[in-house]
Amino acid sequence: MRIAGYRVSVGALAGFAIVFANLFAAVFAPVIAPYGQADLVGDVWAAPSAQHWLGLDSLGRDMLSRLLFGARTTISIALLITICSFAIGIVTGFTAAVAGGWIDMGLSRLVDAVMAIPTLIFALIILSVLGTSVPVLVGTIAALDSTRVFRLCRAVGVDITVMDYVEVARLRGEKLWWVMLREVLPNALPPLITEFGLRFCFAFLFIASLSFLGLGIQPPLADWGGMVRDNAQAINFGGMAPLIPAAAIAQLTIGVNLVVDWFLSLHSRAHGEGA
Amino acid sequence: MSDEILRMESLQITAQAEHGGPGKKIVEDVDLILHRGEVLGLIGESGAGKSTIGLAALGYTRPGCRITGGRVLFEGMNLRDASPESRRRLRGRRIAYIAQSAAAAFNPAKTLYAQICEGPIRHGVMSLEQARIEAVQLFRELDLPSPENFGERYPHQVSGGQLQRAMAAMAMSCRPDILVLDEPTTALDVTTQIEVLAAIRKLIREHRTAGLYISHDLAVVAQVANRIMVLRQGRKVEEGRADQILLQPRQEYTRALVAIREAKVARPAASTTDSKPLLELTGVTASYAKLAHVVEGIDLSVRKGETVAVVGESGSGKSTLARVITGLLPREAGEILFRGRSLEPALASRSRDLLRRIQMIYQMPDVALNPRQRVQEIIGRPLAFYQGMESAKRKERVRELLQAIDLAPEFAHRFPGELSGGQKQRVCIARALAAEPDLLICDEVTSALDPLVAEGILELLGRLQRDLGYAYIFITHDIGTVRRIADRVAVMLKGQIVAEGPLAKVFAPPYHPYTQALLSSVPEMRTDWLDGVLAERGQLGEAAAM
Repeated sequence: MRIAGYRVSVGALAGFAIVFANLFAAVFAPVIAPYGQADLVGDVWAAPSAQHWLGLDSLGRDMLSRLLFGARTTISIALLITICSFAIGIVTGFTAAVAGGWIDMGLSRLVDAVMAIPTLIFALIILSVLGTSVPVLVGTIAALDSTRVFRLCRAVGVDITVMDYVEVARLRGEKLWWVMLREVLPNALPPLITEFGLRFCFAFLFIASLSFLGLGIQPPLADWGGMVRDNAQAINFGGMAPLIPAAAIAQLTIGVNLVVDWFLSLHSRAHGEGA
Repeated sequence: MSDEILRMESLQITAQAEHGGPGKKIVEDVDLILHRGEVLGLIGESGAGKSTIGLAALGYTRPGCRITGGRVLFEGMNLRDASPESRRRLRGRRIAYIAQSAAAAFNPAKTLYAQICEGPIRHGVMSLEQARIEAVQLFRELDLPSPENFGERYPHQVSGGQLQRAMAAMAMSCRPDILVLDEPTTALDVTTQIEVLAAIRKLIREHRTAGLYISHDLAVVAQVANRIMVLRQGRKVEEGRADQILLQPRQEYTRALVAIREAKVARPAASTTDSKPLLELTGVTASYAKLAHVVEGIDLSVRKGETVAVVGESGSGKSTLARVITGLLPREAGEILFRGRSLEPALASRSRDLLRRIQMIYQMPDVALNPRQRVQEIIGRPLAFYQGMESAKRKERVRELLQAIDLAPEFAHRFPGELSGGQKQRVCIARALAAEPDLLICDEVTSALDPLVAEGILELLGRLQRDLGYAYIFITHDIGTVRRIADRVAVMLKGQIVAEGPLAKVFAPPYHPYTQALLSSVPEMRTDWLDGVLAERGQLGEAAAM
């Protein structure tokens, strides 16, 4: 099957469908959710019914509504984190690759040092010192995540900066930023876009695990990781409440990965004009 | 005929199209007969299908390609229908292959013995003991140094020319009936090429091995081959005895290939030679990261409208010299005067106007053009950068520049991936012209191109010089090119200039010994050239020994 000149597999179509459905839920949550995300509407862990399609949670809030609002917070924050980490990683990574010398050495060793500390522990320390607000959360995870983006950008950038066209730009007298943005970045896009999708999944899972530990997004704001934690006790009574947000996390991760796989397959092929 | 060993009948090989559909035929309707003890040269430019035919002789095609018609008969057995097992038994044992890059063909982690003896042992032809004795014998025949111990070395411990000969030994280790040689000397310097060529020729003559010798260089093939087949775009153009192809080519295309090294590129009259030098180097020395000096004590001057060729083998420091002039590698000592003013050593401290006046053109047009920019953007950038030209005017100027390099205006909208090699190099030239420079440094600009395409580029550069009076520094290893375009020559050896002066003086007796070695190593378009050179050198060697 072809869409706009690109081959699209069934997997990719499914991926796109999942991603769009999630985005739709995130954008229109206040309109489509039957109840507010903080409203107590019935019994604790009430079973699914006609009024409450997915049942109620540990405080008696509507699970479906919280899932929809949760998509909103989780996806928007994960997206924000990924964009920030890419902005930091691309600028520092390409600077290191293009400038080389002691700038490269300094940045690379700094990144090595940060990467040597387990990410989750590091994040927990920072969040418990600075407190858990959304800006701190975004800043912390973006900074930690950007180390991986830095590594990728530097590796890809070093390969590109040895090309003669970069030397031509330097001989012309172009500034560092021009070389980075116009000569290097366009040629680094395929691996970067792929990485963006994967990083988004990781950011999103990372928030979920932080929320599960109680240091992520704070109640009453709904988010999928937090919802798993809030309802974890239901497992003891054979309830399915924690499985619903867990499934939501799983389906978005799978959806994004399907899209990423498709994108990868496009660029692993021809080096010709389309690549 | 009874001694016929390989026959191809209306061979057709197709490259599969990417999304189904009919594939592209890369070899079409080629007939070929090879007799025992005979060498057939396959000649053609890139894309002519010569390597594909060479591999087909082993019953092999590259991934994505398929033999879609005709037959490949080895001693009457059709390799196309043969089982993979029987083909495997033939390969290496009866039909062997020598690739262009020996460095890529050897495993760096194993000794040469281990790799050369692997074939005979695997095929069950010889015992390890026997294979080693045979290998030493082959090393001796190939004139390799200390043949008894040569095989104990690792690939990185021998020179490029020796490694190429070691690969010949590997291919010959099973005493094959047919040897397929795919550009075995193309990656080597001229002086090394001659050794390898002589060794390989001796070997196949002594063993009466039949050979398919693939090359783009007609002069090289003519030294080895009995017969030559000229190919173009997957089809046979002409076939005949080697001397007949060289002396009486029947087809227009072959004639062009034979004549290619002879015509001199039209040059401006040397009326400007009395003017002051545009660029003057005195005692220039530079090195990479505190290593030994890569270039040392270079004196060189270039006048307006003049072409100075810098000649040397790989590693002689000629490209480094270009990097020193452009400021990519700051000089450590010496002085460079440009338009009478001292040139700042480092790129970063030079003014924009100075950068504009010195432009580079590179060897590999593929990597010298950003694949994500259209031609308009590539050529337009220097216009915007140096002259601050606005968009509409820039479009007009790019159009003019495309016209100057003989490309249609539509090319402005193309990406480099949509251009041929020669067109890409033309775009590189246009980009340099856009800066309106005084000096153009051309670093091996024709060596990655097919002969006829390279011809066009040289003509273009000559015409631009006549019309616009640029000065060229022409870095090359190809003496033929130098003869045709240079006013003055500088011969480089190990980072130093060993001979310098007007072309007629440097390339005429009395020679510097290295210049002579270089000159006599350039293959000439006659079949007895190699014999002549070897005889001459043999005499010299004997004289020296006495």
